[in-house]
Amino acid sequence: MATPEQILAAVNTRFPTLRLELKPLLTRGDVPGDQMYIRVKPADLLDVLRFLRDDGRTRFEQLIDLTCVDYLNFPGASDRYGVIYSLLSLTHNHRIWIKCFVNDPRPTLPTATAIWPGAEWMERELYDMFGIVFEGHPDLRRILTWDGFEAHPLRKDYPLRGKGERENYPVLNRDDA
Amino acid sequence: MDKHQYDPHTMSNDDVLTTRLDSLVNFFREKGVNWARRNSLWPLPFATACCGIELMATGASRYDVARFGAEVMRFSPRQSDLLICAGRVAIKMMPVLQRIYLQMAEPKWVISMGACASTGGVFDTYAVVQGVDQFLPVDIYVPGCPPRPETLIEGIMAIQRIVDRDGITPSSRRGKGLRLVAEPMYQIDTPPSSKTGAA
Repeated sequence: MATPEQILAAVNTRFPTLRLELKPLLTRGDVPGDQMYIRVKPADLLDVLRFLRDDGRTRFEQLIDLTCVDYLNFPGASDRYGVIYSLLSLTHNHRIWIKCFVNDPRPTLPTATAIWPGAEWMERELYDMFGIVFEGHPDLRRILTWDGFEAHPLRKDYPLRGKGERENYPVLNRDDA
Repeated sequence: MDKHQYDPHTMSNDDVLTTRLDSLVNFFREKGVNWARRNSLWPLPFATACCGIELMATGASRYDVARFGAEVMRFSPRQSDLLICAGRVAIKMMPVLQRIYLQMAEPKWVISMGACASTGGVFDTYAVVQGVDQFLPVDIYVPGCPPRPETLIEGIMAIQRIVDRDGITPSSRRGKGLRLVAEPMYQIDTPPSSKTGAA
């Protein structure tokens, strides 16, 4: 089991030019939590992820979760979408989070399906809910909402009650059926 | 001799027999069919949420909906005549529910069970149908979140009263059959003999 500092050191020896840093995933009050994330630029994302999976010191075999936060109107935020990769190493029993920020008008990331095949549906969900396009994805369709749906409902500027998408089906009555 | 009485010289035996059979058939049509229908409602449990748990409790031994003849839960719409829509329905699910309703055999009734199926409940969002009656003909709304089994049983009894009172005439007699038509995949040539016969 490696501490987040040791994991970061392993990444930084392989990618010294990136000057990556550890940050706490969340702080409660003024107390930082012990779950740490590494912020990576989209251009470097795939290299870092592949290194984290393949290197003997890190060995993150499993992509636990792939999710996103919309930082619209968030105090102090400079980017809009924070895509978060939760990684787990079954060999070493340690975890790390990778965070990658993308922006409008076309938030784009390279797909991680070549590294973890399980990323396929998670990336489809992010595309569905946040409109983040994963380039190179084998089958980037909506996964939760229906096919004719056009919005991305988990964005902060999407109204909770929708924009009237619910009124497109035929109405059955007793004489029809 | 009263003229309304049976007179063997003016009425044949066949007439008498036919008249009695007719009245029997009519009685069975008006009362008996509905009696049979109301005591053998076969529900299709479209259970999508916690209402489905109460629906199962209603079917289980303590509440025992078999006392009302509605215990035969059928998961095939072809074999059921009462659609119990229990729980919230996502908009993506609505075409499925409509297809199930269309596939059910006539006559059919619909119970909208619980707050979510009836109004959308607390799920006033972009993804949830705000009441299945926007897209389906609903006969009975069962209130509750989720409704207790007694409430659902009351709903089933209300369906029984509806069946007793007016029933539903089959759609073929109303001139509106099921609009699920299987189109033939190939052209059928009319045989020459039937062409001449029609002319």
